[in-house]
Order: sequence, then C-alpha cells, then structure tokens
Amino acid sequence: MIDLKTLTIEKAHKAMKDGDFSAVDLAQAYIDNIEKKDKDVHAYLEIYSDVLEQAKEADQRFKNGSATLLTGIPVAVKDNILIKGRIASSASKILENYHAVYSATVIEKLKKEGVVFLGRTNMDEFAMGGSTENSAFGVTKNPHDPSRVAGGSSGGSAVSVAMDGALVSLGSDTGGSIRQPASFCGIVGLKPTYGAVSRYGLMAMGSSLDQIGPFGKTVADVETVFDIIKGNDAKDGTTISPSTYESTRIGKKKPILGVPWHFLSGDGIDKDVLKNFKESLEKLKNLGYEIQDIELPNISYSLPVYYVIMSAEVSSNMSRFDGVKYGLHVDGRDGIDDYFETRGAGFGKEVRRRILLGTYVLSSGYYDAYYNRANALRRVITEDFTHAFEKVDIIVTLTTPAPAFKIGEKTADPVSMYLEDIFTVTANLTGMPAISIPSGYSEIGGKKLPLGIQMTARHGDEKTLFEAGKDFLGE
Amino acid sequence: MITIKEVEKLAELARIKIDDSEKQSLSKEIDSILSYIDQIKEATVDIDYTPIAGPVHNIFREDIVSDTSKEDRERILNEAPDREGDFIAVKKIIAQN
Repeated sequence: MIDLKTLTIEKAHKAMKDGDFSAVDLAQAYIDNIEKKDKDVHAYLEIYSDVLEQAKEADQRFKNGSATLLTGIPVAVKDNILIKGRIASSASKILENYHAVYSATVIEKLKKEGVVFLGRTNMDEFAMGGSTENSAFGVTKNPHDPSRVAGGSSGGSAVSVAMDGALVSLGSDTGGSIRQPASFCGIVGLKPTYGAVSRYGLMAMGSSLDQIGPFGKTVADVETVFDIIKGNDAKDGTTISPSTYESTRIGKKKPILGVPWHFLSGDGIDKDVLKNFKESLEKLKNLGYEIQDIELPNISYSLPVYYVIMSAEVSSNMSRFDGVKYGLHVDGRDGIDDYFETRGAGFGKEVRRRILLGTYVLSSGYYDAYYNRANALRRVITEDFTHAFEKVDIIVTLTTPAPAFKIGEKTADPVSMYLEDIFTVTANLTGMPAISIPSGYSEIGGKKLPLGIQMTARHGDEKTLFEAGKDFLGE
Repeated sequence: MITIKEVEKLAELARIKIDDSEKQSLSKEIDSILSYIDQIKEATVDIDYTPIAGPVHNIFREDIVSDTSKEDRERILNEAPDREGDFIAVKKIIAQN
C-alpha cells in the first residue's frame, strides 16, 4: 500500500527511482482511491481510459534513465485546459462533446516531463463562480464535510488533491478560483504573477485577470509544478520572462510581512477565522518574521472594480460561442436565430447573467461610469500595493472571510457569492502573485473545516511566497 | 433600476434567448449587483484615465503562412456542427428579396 496521504512529488520520485513502487503502481493507487471516494464528492468529470498506458511510458523513462522529477507524477487537470484529442468542456453544455484540437502550453510542458494525466476536474461553468455549484454536470462537494461546497471555480482540482485523488493538479484563477477552493479544502494553491504562466490553451474568461496555477498538499509540490509550467511563450503575448521584473526584496534574512488591518476588521469576517489569522501571525512572528501594519487606502473598491472588469471581459470572450465553429448547435429560424437558440440553451444561468452584466457596463452611456472608471481605479489600487511593497515583502490577509459554506446557501443571492472573493480579487487586479496556505481548522457541527491564509508578493516574486509558505508549514 | 425592457435589449445585443420568467429574475439580480458595483462612483481619489501599458510589450512576428497538417485540419473541421467537404456549413445569410 502506498501512503498517498503523506506523499509528495519528491517522495514519489525517490520511490519510483529506487524501485519501491512503479509509476503504474502509483497511478493504480490513485485510480483505486478515486473509485472509492469520488462518488461522494464528484471532483472528476472524466477519468482518462489510458492512465495506465501513460504510467507505463513513465516507467520506461525510469528504466532508460530519462526520468525527471515529475515523471510518473499523477496530475488532475481543470476542464478548461486543453489536452489534444480529449474532451474539454469547461463544465458547460455548450462544449459538452468538444474535443480539443491542440494542447495547452502547460500541458505540453508537463507531458515533456512525463507526468500521468488522470482526468479532467469539475468546475464552475467557464470558471464563473466560487463554489463549483455552477457546473452543468453537478456540484463538487467538500471532502471535509460533503454538505458544504468545495469552493470554486477550480473546486474539482482542489478536491482531487485534498481527497488524495491526484498528487497535484492544475486550476485557473481569475478572481480567486485557485486560492479560495485551496483554502476551503485545506491545501496549497498558487495564483502566479500575471504572465508568468502561458495561457495558450486555457479557455479565456477575463483575459486581463486569468492565470493558470498549481494545487498541492505542500508548498514544495506547488513550487515544483510552477517551475515547470512557467516561462515565456510566443503563443501568449502576455507572458513575461524572468528579467521582466527586478527583485527589490527588503528583508535580508526573512521577508518582511505587512498586514492591512483596516481591511480585516469588517462585519462579514467570521470570528474563528480572525482568531486563526491572529494565531497564524503569532506563529510567523515566533519564526522570526517582522510584521508591520500597512494601509491599502483603496482596497475596498477591489471587488466592485473586479466585477465590472471581469464581466466586461466575459461578455466579449463568450461571444466566440456561436454554434457554428464548434460546440453545441441548436437550430433556429435563420442564421442569426441559431445564435440566440444555441447560446440560450448552451450557457448556464451564471454565465448568462455575467454576459448581460458585461454587455451593460460596456454599453454606450454606461461605459465611462463603469468600465472606464473601474480600469482607472484598478490602477489606483495597483499603485497602493506598489507603495506598500516599498516597506514590506509580503502582504498577509485571510484567503476567505469564512470557511466553506453550505451547498445552496448562496445560490439565490449573487452578491453574497461574489463577496467570497473579497480578499482574492486584488491579486488578479494588480497582477501580483498570491498563494493560499492551510492555517488550521474551524470546528462547526462536529466537522473540522479547513482555513487558509493568503500571502501576496511583488510581481515576479513567487520565490518569496514559497520561502515564507514553507517556513509557515514547517517544510 | 433595470427594466425588463433593458434586460431584453441586453439579451438581444448579447445574442442570448432568455425566457420571460428569467427576465424577471435577471432584472432583480442585475439591479442588486449594480447597486453593489455603484460604490466605484463614490471613490474620491484622483483618477488618471490613461491606460496602463505595463512591462509587457507587443510581440511582432513575420506574416508567414504555416501549414496545418491534414489531421489537424480534420480535427478542427470535425468539431464544427455542420461541414461540407473542407468547409464549415452555415445557413444562408442573405435572404431572397
């Protein structure tokens, strides 16, 4: 029996190299565990039929000496990232039977290392949501309490790792879609710097916000995957190179931490969560970190600004689904009516809502008041962060205002669902990297619900996040 | 206040068919979202509307035709709901008279 619970990339690699178990054994162990557990949580939309063949190829690489650290590592992939020849549906009816015609750059990179792709994971349709309740194919449940949500939109990817149904996984994060489910499920999730990871082959949601990032049980695993998938890509014009941002780290021995206390004392914040946050800071202090109180004067505008920009970008990105080139087609009276029928039948409720909202904020007469103003405020917020980073190296906040909520609790009120993203959207607006790290539990109704803290760093400075994250978790 | 008529107009612009009961709920939901978003109108900071260029620059490349393999072309065409030979088929766009 392979102990999946404590398995890391490094341990798995060593075991496969030493011949303790093979890549096939490892893949089989994960498949067995998925068969046992997935029916209760629904993390996966599909388990690939060729998993063991992939694992056999990985074993070959161990035999012929071409294995790397990621060879044979079982990976789950969010359903909005393309793998050539396989279905990628974004958990939407409109792409239910769509087979990807090319592979995403991140997939090509992982393939080169010889990872084993286990399957594709459930998500909010087109990554729009914070609970994976907006999937057209059923909700993903939290493994710590199946009456609660896993978070979202990358809920399936988070649960796949949390239930030991994959060693690591890939998600995408437009406003918190990696960090929030990581926090709800008690694992590590990274939203890299905007442009650090190529989005070629990721279905676009908010193009100025989207990033692909990894989930793992440890910071080291997340770092290992990030180091492989990052890098400049001619196929994504927004990608950066290591020299795009220069390092301006202040803390010599340990990074200096800043906490925007003025933003963390609102009414909506759970008491247990705040208590846990204070304990986490105490722990960091005891580890030798200097912690300062910082001001981010305009941070309270982040969420409304985000919802204007994101919905505007959604409304234009979703226009490609027309029932002509690929995906669902529903016949109407004439050519233009085909669009209405196809898009009406193919898009779920939240997607329709966001498209209409985006159409509204971009329409003439409202463009200046909403879209233009939101973009200008986005710049102000980014400048606040840049200013704060003149004094500190990491900004620490909560990841979410409360632990995982009950399934159905927030579906009737979109604004209450949107408020889930209050601490996470800033990193997407500023483009800065942010990581959620498990920080303990809150006990509710006899169930231990995971909590997380979020660390944000300067553009291009994921390294500092990994350093502090490992320190915090004692890795 | 977003009226049902405005929801209909937005749905028309966005090319989405929406039934009557959803028009009702959408007008309420969009209203509540907008009243939350309206905070941004209250911001009193000095606002600079010049777009930010950022550190990422345009990438140019030569306009060279790169051939797609026959298999890839087939894959792409096979994803289309309707095809005729090597073309994606659509309904007639220009109506008679």
